[in-house]
Amino acid sequence: MALQSLDIKARSATSTPSPSVRKTLEVAKLIDISKCIGCKACQVACMEWNDLRDTVGKNVGVYDNPADLSDQSWTVMRFSEVEVQTGKLEWLIRKDGCLHCADPGCLKACPAPGAIIQYSNGIVDFNEEHCTGCGYCIMGCPFNIPRLSKKDNKVYKCTLCSDRVAVGLEPACAKTCPTGAIVFGSKEDMLRHAQERLIDLKERGYQKAGLYNPPGVGGTHVMYVLQHADQPELYNNLPKNPGISPEIIIWQGIAKTVMNVGLGAAILAVIFHYVTQGPNEVKEEEEAKQ
Amino acid sequence: MSPNTMILRYKASERFNHWLVAICFMLTALSGLGFFHPGFFWLTNLFGGSTWARILHPFFGVTTFLCFIVWVAHVWKYNHVTEADWQWAKHMGDIVRSRTDNLPEIGKYNLGQKYLTRTLLVAILLLLATGILLWQPWFAPAFSIDWRRIAILIHALSAFTALLCFIVHVYAAYWTRGSIRAMTRGTVTAAWAKHHCAGWYKEMKDGEHKTIV
Repeated sequence: MALQSLDIKARSATSTPSPSVRKTLEVAKLIDISKCIGCKACQVACMEWNDLRDTVGKNVGVYDNPADLSDQSWTVMRFSEVEVQTGKLEWLIRKDGCLHCADPGCLKACPAPGAIIQYSNGIVDFNEEHCTGCGYCIMGCPFNIPRLSKKDNKVYKCTLCSDRVAVGLEPACAKTCPTGAIVFGSKEDMLRHAQERLIDLKERGYQKAGLYNPPGVGGTHVMYVLQHADQPELYNNLPKNPGISPEIIIWQGIAKTVMNVGLGAAILAVIFHYVTQGPNEVKEEEEAKQ
Repeated sequence: MSPNTMILRYKASERFNHWLVAICFMLTALSGLGFFHPGFFWLTNLFGGSTWARILHPFFGVTTFLCFIVWVAHVWKYNHVTEADWQWAKHMGDIVRSRTDNLPEIGKYNLGQKYLTRTLLVAILLLLATGILLWQPWFAPAFSIDWRRIAILIHALSAFTALLCFIVHVYAAYWTRGSIRAMTRGTVTAAWAKHHCAGWYKEMKDGEHKTIV
């Protein structure tokens, strides 16, 4: 969905600097789970703005509908019924979707130059035209967000409405949210707003309320206000300490370097061997002796 | 025997099998390297672009595996490590200096060749197993993301090992003069056989059936 081209912070499979002459304000979306009523208007707004229509599924006995993210559903409300205090039922409804990490695992794992881009405003966007369909981003993502389309074998996910944000609009989900659970603005403002919300929640008895902006991925550009920030896993298994997995870090880091140097060294070694030791040949006398 | 006596080392079917493995291996390596490091990404153009390289790579890989298994099954009877092989290995210092006279009498393959085959076999089996976990869109979705993360790392390490084996194998064939014709025309000179694999040479000489041309 890439539109901008002068404000690129990082680009997949690219080792030279990307066009970054233009700097944009770092943005963020703040999702206050304590204000969410589960109306799914954000899902509808997402479908409408992005022109997506998922196939009509089946009722699987929970309120989640559709049951999972897909190439056509970039955001899904996850409903969790929990009893943090015995006898006190709570309905925790988390709007699932891409968190737009500052250190994106998808971008790190992607082998196709420019298929995943991170703008200076913090949005991580897929450029499906350059996508090869390898699915490496799915392995790189700590939050299990990208979905490979069965139709075209390209991956899709929330763009944080990069096309709207580029022209000064807020994402469609934030625009439509009737309770103000989704707000959008500069990351700085959103952090400040979150602190105000936390003061309010703590006054109302949620002593463990906190902001979900996990440092393991460098912070995110979609943040959650959680009533129970000490137990993020209550919110449909939101990971407590997310980070890019060690296998991906080794594979894309030290392994790449060691293997490239190793292959180059092996080729140089055999050339060196030949020019110093010469061929391993049968002497002419031996040939004649036969 | 006359100086021009030639000994058959590989039958036409064996030569064909070998080159099939060689071509499939190179196609797999070239299409896979682009996904390993962006510096090699241009190689995917050889296959009609990166999406085609991604589609074709696993098919090349499976074909390599099938051809290689036929080859290994065929040469396995020559792959038992003998006492003579360990004696031969003690002369490694001389061998790498291209001083290969008066070495212990070994069979059709030396210890290096035997271990190269075994290393390649392990690497290719690992590449196949992990490759299935990564094969989009057919098989990958059936495996958990955690397993696929482990698979991609093993896949890259095994590919690296296989490529090192490839470099050593190609160089050794070039370095050991008179070897390449064994795989192109099928024959080696009697002197070559006696020099490099005296044990095998004796078998061939005593056998005298269809092996001397």
